[in-house]
Amino acid sequence: MISLAGRDILHGWGKFVLTGVGLGLLIGVTLSMAGVYRGMVDDAQALLDNSRADLWVVQKDTLGPYAEPSSLTEDSERPIQAMRGVAQAAGVTYLTMQIAHGDKDVRVMVVGAEMGEPGLPGQPTHLISGRQIVRGHYEAVADVKTGFAIGDRVKVRRNFYTIVGLTSRMVSSGGDPMLFLSLKDAQAAQFQKDSDAIVRQRARTAANPQLNPPGNPAVAQAVNAVQSGNSNVNAILVTITPDADPDEVAAAIRRWQRLTVYTRAQMEEILVQKLIANSARQIAMFLVILSIVSAAIVAFIIYTMTIGKIREIAVLKLIGTRNRTISWMILQQALGLGLIGFIVGKIAASLWAPFFPKYVLLLPSDSILGFVAVMLICTVASFLAIQAAIKVDPAEAIGG
Amino acid sequence: MTLPFTMSRRGWTLLAVLAPLLLLFAWVAFRSGPLAPVNVTIAQVEERSIAPAMFGIGTVEARYTQKVGPTAAGRVTMVAVDVGDIVVAGQLLAQIDPIDLDQRIDAAAGGTARSAALEQAAVAQIADANARVVLARSVAARTEELKRGGWVTDAMVDQRRQELAAAQAGLAAAQANRSAATMDRGRLGAERSALVEQRANLRLVAPHAGLVVRRAVEPGTTVVAGQAVIETIDPSQLWINVRFDQTQSAGLAAGQQVRIALRSRPDAPLSGIIERVEPMADALTEEVLAKARFTITGGLPAIGELAEVTVALPAQARSLAIPNAAVHRIDGQVGVWVVRDGDLVFAPVRLGAQNLEGWVQVLHGLTRGEDIVIHSARALSASSRFSIVDALP
Repeated sequence: MISLAGRDILHGWGKFVLTGVGLGLLIGVTLSMAGVYRGMVDDAQALLDNSRADLWVVQKDTLGPYAEPSSLTEDSERPIQAMRGVAQAAGVTYLTMQIAHGDKDVRVMVVGAEMGEPGLPGQPTHLISGRQIVRGHYEAVADVKTGFAIGDRVKVRRNFYTIVGLTSRMVSSGGDPMLFLSLKDAQAAQFQKDSDAIVRQRARTAANPQLNPPGNPAVAQAVNAVQSGNSNVNAILVTITPDADPDEVAAAIRRWQRLTVYTRAQMEEILVQKLIANSARQIAMFLVILSIVSAAIVAFIIYTMTIGKIREIAVLKLIGTRNRTISWMILQQALGLGLIGFIVGKIAASLWAPFFPKYVLLLPSDSILGFVAVMLICTVASFLAIQAAIKVDPAEAIGG
Repeated sequence: MTLPFTMSRRGWTLLAVLAPLLLLFAWVAFRSGPLAPVNVTIAQVEERSIAPAMFGIGTVEARYTQKVGPTAAGRVTMVAVDVGDIVVAGQLLAQIDPIDLDQRIDAAAGGTARSAALEQAAVAQIADANARVVLARSVAARTEELKRGGWVTDAMVDQRRQELAAAQAGLAAAQANRSAATMDRGRLGAERSALVEQRANLRLVAPHAGLVVRRAVEPGTTVVAGQAVIETIDPSQLWINVRFDQTQSAGLAAGQQVRIALRSRPDAPLSGIIERVEPMADALTEEVLAKARFTITGGLPAIGELAEVTVALPAQARSLAIPNAAVHRIDGQVGVWVVRDGDLVFAPVRLGAQNLEGWVQVLHGLTRGEDIVIHSARALSASSRFSIVDALP
């Protein structure tokens, strides 16, 4: 049996393929948009994965450390470490800042993690080159997206740090690449003021008779020492023992340490539902509109393609071809077009995804869903075209 | 050979377009995105000698600092030295206003002289009283004899006896007066000496030879007891007060050689030696404190300047070693990903010393020549598909 659809496609294959490619680029944009949304959510998840924590202990009644500022003393980790069910507890600081690199600025999230032993929560989970931080000071591991290379010296606040290792997919919830420092360096970067501010602060202290009482010069010195101290962290990352229940450990910390604790599920909700909710919804809305527009364009293309062949269909009818055969031909062509479109779209989306400034995650499940949707849209669109083809008067083949 | 179906030239052309498209599709579906294998770099476990080292930071401090100030509140009248001056032991540094101290010394001297005069007067009184006693005694004796002859009455005898007792009491009083005057003279003399000492104490002098590093107040300023006016140090005795992270301070001991890089001259390291490891560690910052003595070359470094101190420990015997980038912690266990029979296996390891280049000793868990994953494009799991590459990214 001769395949009518195949014959027709072969007849004008260039046009068919080009239409498919055009359609594919549109599907590619839609898939990319889905990837942008998934990437945004994945950035938030990556932040949680990378911290390797089961529990986040933060300043009381705050949504810290990612969604709200949080600050607690570094030694709060010690009583937590002693609690039942806690495997490890480590302080961590987060600070988003601009860092000069060459002649341009790079926006990074400076992460201060305890580097004393391997695999503590907060440390980079894997490296793509170089090594982990060994010296207690002035070494850094950067995400490859920062553009830093091993051996580069970057200035954070007043000190220079040597990049000793590179990692990947270590980003903040906003997609800013991370720069890992030792906790003490990061505390200095976060809490230590610049020299001018310190000098002015000293002058203010000296001018205040309560802080600098006449006859007791030691008081001002003590006040200055206190003001320049920095032993705070933004959060304490806690891992629990395999047999412990995160909710129970969290409840115990809340009760006995009187601090706010979030479990992984709660943290995910804070990040996804609160922190990136608006921008994610924005993207999701755009994705919905793009999907509707794509569907409409696919339908129009198939419809106009059929209308363009209306004379040939009339001839087919004239020579006695059955409506079912004609319908099948149109459906086959629509599905073929959809298939080419999907393949081109998937290829295009995969190829241009790495060039996006933020992470674009093309999930296989999204691709499958996209494929089903494209095929469904093509089928529905072909119904319109089939309707038009069936209504064609065979006389048009002669008269029209 | 004949195909079971015939294809036109157009068919072949279409196939030529679609086939690469399908191949490309298959490639992107399985080589990119979440399904793609994780690129890893591997290395063999090898033996090498690890020379562990410790890295700490500290500040330049003077071993001996003298803060010279008054022992009582006063106003500074004169400051004799300035920052940067070299002083010798006993050199006048500053002077505190004595206010009325000189007059009080004069008054004390006057008091002493008056006491001496009173003492002399008391001596004269004693002589007078003595004469009276002698006279009274002789009169009394004579009267007693006359009484025995019946020439005088008993009343007369009693009167003479009373006169003798009164003269003796007068002598005792005069002697007591002299003692009081002597004591008073001693007291006033001591008071004067004390004032003279105080006067000398208002001269602030250098307790040791050294360098003036701080001139805290200017003439005219009133200072309290114990407040520093001048600060001197011994410039030949500088050390670094260095702090090492407690987790990396195992093996730190006095006598170890160190390399010191001052912040002002990072490229010209100085050599030094750990003078002592402080018995008290900093509990809050979780650091061990030590003092590193060093030889000063090329000008005196600023006191308080930041310095990096590297302690190189002796190289250990050759043992298995891996880069620290390979070390991970999974489910509470420290280990490395090993490639065994084409599969990823997480091998728990026990680690030893680490050097500053990131090589860490493996005490247990690996054998020589095993392939371990060093770098990976993503965090690995036992079910990860992986593909070995030479370098990432």
